[in-house]
Amino acid sequence: MHRVVITGTGVVSALGSNTASFWHALLSVRSAIREMAGFEAAQIRFKNGAEIRDYSAEDHFEPKDIPFMDRFAQFAVLAARQAVTEAGIEWTPDLRETTSVITGSCLGGRAAEESGYWELFHNGKNRVQPLTIPLSMSNAGASHICMQFGIEGPAYTVSTACASSSHAIGQAFWMVRSGAAPMAIAGGSEAPFFLGGLKAWEAMRVISKDTCRPFSAERSGMILGEGAAMLILENLEAAVARGARPLAEIVGFGMSADAGHITQPLAAGPARAMRLALRDSGMAPEQIGYINAHGTATEANDRIETAAIRCTFNSHADKLAVSSTKSMHGHALGAAGALEAVASVLSLRDGMLPPTANFISPDPACNLDVIPHHARAASVEGCLSNSFAFGGLNAVLAFKAFP
Amino acid sequence: MNQTIQERVLKVIATSKRVPLETVQPDSSFEALNIDSLDRLNILFDLESEFEIEIDDEQAKQVKNIHEMIEGVTLLVQAKSAPSSVK
Repeated sequence: MHRVVITGTGVVSALGSNTASFWHALLSVRSAIREMAGFEAAQIRFKNGAEIRDYSAEDHFEPKDIPFMDRFAQFAVLAARQAVTEAGIEWTPDLRETTSVITGSCLGGRAAEESGYWELFHNGKNRVQPLTIPLSMSNAGASHICMQFGIEGPAYTVSTACASSSHAIGQAFWMVRSGAAPMAIAGGSEAPFFLGGLKAWEAMRVISKDTCRPFSAERSGMILGEGAAMLILENLEAAVARGARPLAEIVGFGMSADAGHITQPLAAGPARAMRLALRDSGMAPEQIGYINAHGTATEANDRIETAAIRCTFNSHADKLAVSSTKSMHGHALGAAGALEAVASVLSLRDGMLPPTANFISPDPACNLDVIPHHARAASVEGCLSNSFAFGGLNAVLAFKAFP
Repeated sequence: MNQTIQERVLKVIATSKRVPLETVQPDSSFEALNIDSLDRLNILFDLESEFEIEIDDEQAKQVKNIHEMIEGVTLLVQAKSAPSSVK
C-alpha cells in the first residue's frame, strides 16, 4: 500500500481558465453565475448559469484536431495539460505505459449528439455527421487525454451523474495506493449548455430562477455550471524521489448507494459514504475540519446532507466548517466533484476555506457552520469532499494536509 | 366548465400514475395516492400538455393536494381564455 499525494491540478471553469484564477475567485467570493448567453429568454424558464465565456477552441488546439473534440473533451484536455505541467511530469516510456487516466462525465458530448439529431428530426436530413459517435461518447475526454500525452495505461470513464468525477478520483486513488498504477490523471469534465439538455433540466423543476444559495432558507434550486478539473495522483515515494511538491495527500474514498428513490435523496446513503471515507482514511472524525459539501441548493439536498453530516459526525458537526462552492462555479455535474476536490486540496495547502456565496438567512434544517459570504483562514488537518448523485449514488473523498 | 376541468385533471393524474380513475378523488391526498415528487413532475408535465398552460415552479410547490391542483389549473385555464390576459 502506497501513500498517495496530489502533485498537480488543472481547472477550466466559469470562474477562471486555470487553477490559480479559479482559487482566487473562490476566495474573493466572485460568483460566475449570470444570464446564459445564446438562448432566447422565451425558450427556457430559467435564465442563469455559470457558463465559460470567451472560450475559443482555436486558442488551444490545432485546427486539424478541433473537429474531433466536443467542448467537454476539450475542457478535459486543457485541465489535464495544466495539471501535468504543474506536477512537472517528465514522461518516460515506462511511465506512459503504466499511468492511469480516469475521467468522469455525466453527459459526455451530448451537445454533439443533439446537433446530429437536429439535422435528422428538424432539418429533414436523412443522415447525421459521421463524427457524432466519437464526439459524443462519454469516454472521449479520457481518450483525448491519453492521445495528448501518449498514455497507454488503464484508462476509462465513470458516469454517475453528479458524482462522476468523485468516483473517478476515488478509483484512481485506490489504483495508485494499491500499486496498480504509479500515477493517475483523474477528474471530470462537462459541457451541459445546449438547448435539449437545458429543457430536460427545466422539466425536473430543480433549477433556480434566482441564483444558487446553498444551505440558505431562501434557496430555490441549483444553477448549472460547466468546465473541467483534473488532478495528478502519485505515490508519495515516487513523487518525492523526483522532487515533486505534494499539494495535499488523498487518504480516503467511500461510496454507497441509497437504494431508495431515483431522484429523492436519503440521509443514510451519504452518511455511510462519509463514514466509509473516514474509515478508509484512518482519520478520526475529529481530525476533519472542513467539508466541501455537495450543497446543490435544492430544498432536498441541503436538508438531507445536513442530516447526513450530523449523523456521521455527531457533536463534532458543530465544530466543522462546511461550504458549497457551487454557489460560485455552479453545478458542473460530472465535473463538480473534481472542481470541488481541487478546492478541497487548495484549502488544505493554503489554510483558507472557501465560503458559501449568496447566503441570506439560516435554515434550521441546515444548521451547520456554512462559512457564509467570506473565505476563512483556518488550518485544518483533514477535509472531505462530498458528491451525491441523482440515482442515490454517493462518493466521498478524504484529503489530508501535507506538511 | 369547472366540472370538466376537474374531470380532466383527475383523468390526467390517473393516467400518469397508472391507477384506476375511480381511485383518484378531488379530496385525495398525494400521500394516499402514493404520489411522490417525481410523480408530481410527470403530472405537472401532463397537465401542461392537456390544458396548454404553463405551471410555474414556485406555484407548483405550494400545491399540497389534488383539490388545490384542480383550483390552480382552473385559474390558469381561465387566465389563458380571458381576453385581456397576457401570456
